[in-house]
Amino acid sequence: MADSNYIVIVGCGRLGGMLANRLSAIGNQLVVIDRREAAFDKLSTEFSGFRITGDASELDVLRQAHTDQADYLFAITTQDNVNLMVAQIARKIFDVPKVIARVYDPARETIYREFGIETISPTKLSAEAFMVQIQTSSNKKKGTA
Amino acid sequence: MRVIMVGGDKTVYFLARQFMSRDYHVTIINRELARSKELAEHTGATVVFGDGSDIQRLEEAGARRADVVMALTSHDQDNLITCQIAQKIFGVPRTMALVNDPENEIVFEKLGISVVFSATKVIASLIEQQADFEEITMLMPLANGRVNVTDVRLDATAPAIGKSLAELELSRGSLVACIIRDDEVVVPHGETHLLVNDHLILISQPDNQSEDLVRLCGVQ
Repeated sequence: MADSNYIVIVGCGRLGGMLANRLSAIGNQLVVIDRREAAFDKLSTEFSGFRITGDASELDVLRQAHTDQADYLFAITTQDNVNLMVAQIARKIFDVPKVIARVYDPARETIYREFGIETISPTKLSAEAFMVQIQTSSNKKKGTA
Repeated sequence: MRVIMVGGDKTVYFLARQFMSRDYHVTIINRELARSKELAEHTGATVVFGDGSDIQRLEEAGARRADVVMALTSHDQDNLITCQIAQKIFGVPRTMALVNDPENEIVFEKLGISVVFSATKVIASLIEQQADFEEITMLMPLANGRVNVTDVRLDATAPAIGKSLAELELSRGSLVACIIRDDEVVVPHGETHLLVNDHLILISQPDNQSEDLVRLCGVQ
């Protein structure tokens, strides 16, 4: 992402806030959507993007965010189904070239990835990280023994 | 017929009872424990407690053999995902989703849900119809609302009284399919004259409907 991109982030939780701050700091144009206005407290004072208070599963809210012009959309609310719905709308109705949805449920994540929606499962990623830790420490044990 | 319903409000309860009385095999997925117990007790349907958009819950509810899955919760996103999983993973031939936000009707259709109905829209149009004219009752929309079947009652002030259908010159897209006159059904032709208290069953397209209604009953 060397050039400035137009990025819509749906859900301003800890991850959404962090991504928004970092992406804004390196010169991207950001729009952050969250149902609760208080969620925007996580945005830093340097954050130069827009904030929209509303439910992104409403078409009108995505229109307000000019989603049709977005290069990227990240659907990272706490609800899997909201993320999957918003991601599909962004891909199929607003033609956003790159869309990623966060999906906690690993089974649902696999299915939607097969349907062509890019997904990230924090559950799966954490599990893999733990497994790696266990493997490396047990390898070390073997090494010392 | 094997039906799975996801949700738990009154609609689900009454639908379940109606389907049970027709000997359908009904399974309800509901995410509140107390409500699930209540539904099981009062409907006689099989109730699965849990999230209806969860693959495992749908499997437990018998999605593999279901003929219809109806997603009737008040959350559009859950209804969408339930229907998509039912269709794509379990190959359920018919999926129906309730949409709460009327705009989602088009969205869901684009995302491949076979039947989408918007309660907001249905109720709004019912209220509009009823409020505008008491003489006219919308019976049903066909072909996604491109054709309407309407029951039109002619009162004494209706301009069509005493005229023949040919004289009325209804628009090309409209047809008086039959006339209910004193409990008799009359199949009309061009020379049939209209009488007070006739009920006309009118098949029309929304575009010309209002001008034809003006010709028949005089209301705007």
